[in-house]
Amino acid sequence: MSQAPTVHVESVDFVMLYIVGISVILLLGITATMIYFVFKYNRKKGHQPVDIEHNTALEVTWIVIPTILVLSMFYFGYTSFREIRNIPENSFKVEVTARMWKFSFKYENGKQTDTLYVPLNTPVKLEMHSQDVNHAFYIPAFRIKEDIINGKTTYLGFTAKEIGDYDIACAEYCGLNHSAMYSMVKVIPKDKFDQWYNKK
Amino acid sequence: MANAVAENYLQQSTNKYSGIKSWLLTTDHKKIGLMYLIAILFFFLVGVIIGLLMRLELIAPGKTIMDPQTYNSLFTLHGVIMIFLFIVPGLPAIFGNFFLPIQIGAKDVAFPRLNLLSWYVYMIGAILALVSLFLPGGPIDTGWTFYIPYSVRTSTNVSLAIFAAFVLGFSSILTGINFVTTVHRLRAPGMNFFKMPLFVWATYATAWIQIIATPVVGITILLVIIERAFGVGIFDPALGGDPVLYQHMFWIYSHPAVYIMILPAMGVVSEIIPTFSRRTIFGYNAIAMSSLAIAFIGYLVWAHHMFTSGMSDTARWVFSLLTFIVALPSGVKVFNWVATMYKGSIDPQPPFLWVMSFIFLFSIGGLTGLVLGSLATDIHVHDTYFVVAHFHYVMFGGTGTIFFAGLHYWFPKMFGKMYNLKLSKIAVALFFIGFNLLYFPKFILGYMGMPRRYYDYLPQFESLQKISTFGSWILGGTIFFIVGYLIHALIKGKKATSNPWGGVTLEWHIASPPIQENFEVIPTITHKPYDFSQLKEMKNE
Repeated sequence: MSQAPTVHVESVDFVMLYIVGISVILLLGITATMIYFVFKYNRKKGHQPVDIEHNTALEVTWIVIPTILVLSMFYFGYTSFREIRNIPENSFKVEVTARMWKFSFKYENGKQTDTLYVPLNTPVKLEMHSQDVNHAFYIPAFRIKEDIINGKTTYLGFTAKEIGDYDIACAEYCGLNHSAMYSMVKVIPKDKFDQWYNKK
Repeated sequence: MANAVAENYLQQSTNKYSGIKSWLLTTDHKKIGLMYLIAILFFFLVGVIIGLLMRLELIAPGKTIMDPQTYNSLFTLHGVIMIFLFIVPGLPAIFGNFFLPIQIGAKDVAFPRLNLLSWYVYMIGAILALVSLFLPGGPIDTGWTFYIPYSVRTSTNVSLAIFAAFVLGFSSILTGINFVTTVHRLRAPGMNFFKMPLFVWATYATAWIQIIATPVVGITILLVIIERAFGVGIFDPALGGDPVLYQHMFWIYSHPAVYIMILPAMGVVSEIIPTFSRRTIFGYNAIAMSSLAIAFIGYLVWAHHMFTSGMSDTARWVFSLLTFIVALPSGVKVFNWVATMYKGSIDPQPPFLWVMSFIFLFSIGGLTGLVLGSLATDIHVHDTYFVVAHFHYVMFGGTGTIFFAGLHYWFPKMFGKMYNLKLSKIAVALFFIGFNLLYFPKFILGYMGMPRRYYDYLPQFESLQKISTFGSWILGGTIFFIVGYLIHALIKGKKATSNPWGGVTLEWHIASPPIQENFEVIPTITHKPYDFSQLKEMKNE
């Protein structure tokens, strides 16, 4: 896919790249240093080993720098997460019901479907509940997921900015046909959506 | 006492009992350690075979060799066996039992009979778990996390299987109590806390978690059984309970349990690196204290398993922040280990090669944990293959690799025999290749959106699934190869010297295999644990 289907996808992928980028540098650094030492200080070369018990400056450095790095990771992860939790009041609301092993969707005008239809460029709020065990509503392409728990309502929000069909998967193990509990979200232009939505 | 022909602990004539009784009624910490080794290795291999079957099923979409109900039971069993029967008891019960008393200069643990009881409790728990597979109702299919409401509704033998976990918990608690008391009361003269080897520190920190955290899972399991048997509404929403409460209670134990699994492994690494670098550990205090820090901060991060559970946004960011904080002491340890190689005299024998492999795999596991600690990325990859890859890198690449490192390091001491070094170097390489082929594709699959615990999958995941299954054959084959050459060494191996690697902690000062009560004379400790100047004075016949 050439365009990210939501703005949130771009920010999640940025956080991912940020963390993975730093991680790869650390991993390669650690591994290369280790391998270098094994060759450089190999017993065959007959060095006299030197007992170095500690080095305060070095130890402070390798606590302070990682602390700053992980705090920055926390911060980026948190701000990106806020995007999907701040759902506008005027969002288009859809009620999601999960049961073994099927999702169904109910719209405010009473329409019901097994595939989720949403209008393009419109904030959508999903209000989700379960009829039996725990499920989770997951749209990989949108990078969003939330558990659906019997006895309470959980919610999710997104604003699709690209037309298309995207998979919805159940991500919380729910028994026999868990792996078949797929549905789809269809993002369609506002005018087409309105036509579909208002058709009896 | 100081008798040159003192018999080693494996020779039967030194025991009150003979034959099989000399094992089943022994109170010798070394024999109990070996009995754990046999039992734990057996269950580990069962877990490996189940894992191989799961991977075979996933080689292609749709049905390959089993139906979904079987698959669901297998991934549950794989988790239950690997967690409760292999990796939680693993290193403390085997190497902790065998080497903790020796490393502090003790004749045995503080409560030898309790120690034997722990083994029996472990075996009873394991047998209950096995029995639950064959009773009517069928094997448990809830996943090893037993999440409610599913675990209340399924008709499989949940109650018996989780009761087995309850029993196993007691084995863990008793071992913990034994180790804490042993460390406090039985150190040899001169062995103060800061002269203890780091494996002892790590096992000591672990023992505290075993004592404090395990009762929580015991209570949780009892509540689930009460709920299933009597219909009392605690967790099941249909009865007015709260399923998220279950998740909290489960992870309040099971997250600290992750540190029960990894801390002893970190201790073993801190033994092996100085020995093969022939120099003192870098940052002894930092490593010892980071073990305690991990043990205690580890209690405060449990809800990072629940970022999508619908709990409040405040809880989510607090637990995310704490999770990043607990990453730091682990990072410090890795830096210390690598720094210990600096200006050493490095002899990369098999145990050291296992540790190098560990540092790479565990670093990947730890660093991908940062992706899971961060809220936005966790929401996406939670409950996908990314998580599966992450915890296999940490648990199997971490603790599993160190199980083999420890086995190769201490094998000559435990059995007085040496294995084929060339074969075991090949094994490290094959293990490393197979491991990465098996688990690395899962990171990519997870980010692509492949959820975990799936019997079937979409066509776009097929090629990576195939690579993963291919890797499982290399890894599985290597594991059986290792077990094979070690058993061969046991029977036909060359006699090992008392100190083949040039270690200086106390176990290398005594005979291989050790004599009945370890020391002819209880030593008085004057050296720091990794003071290699002792090596000149040590005899090595």
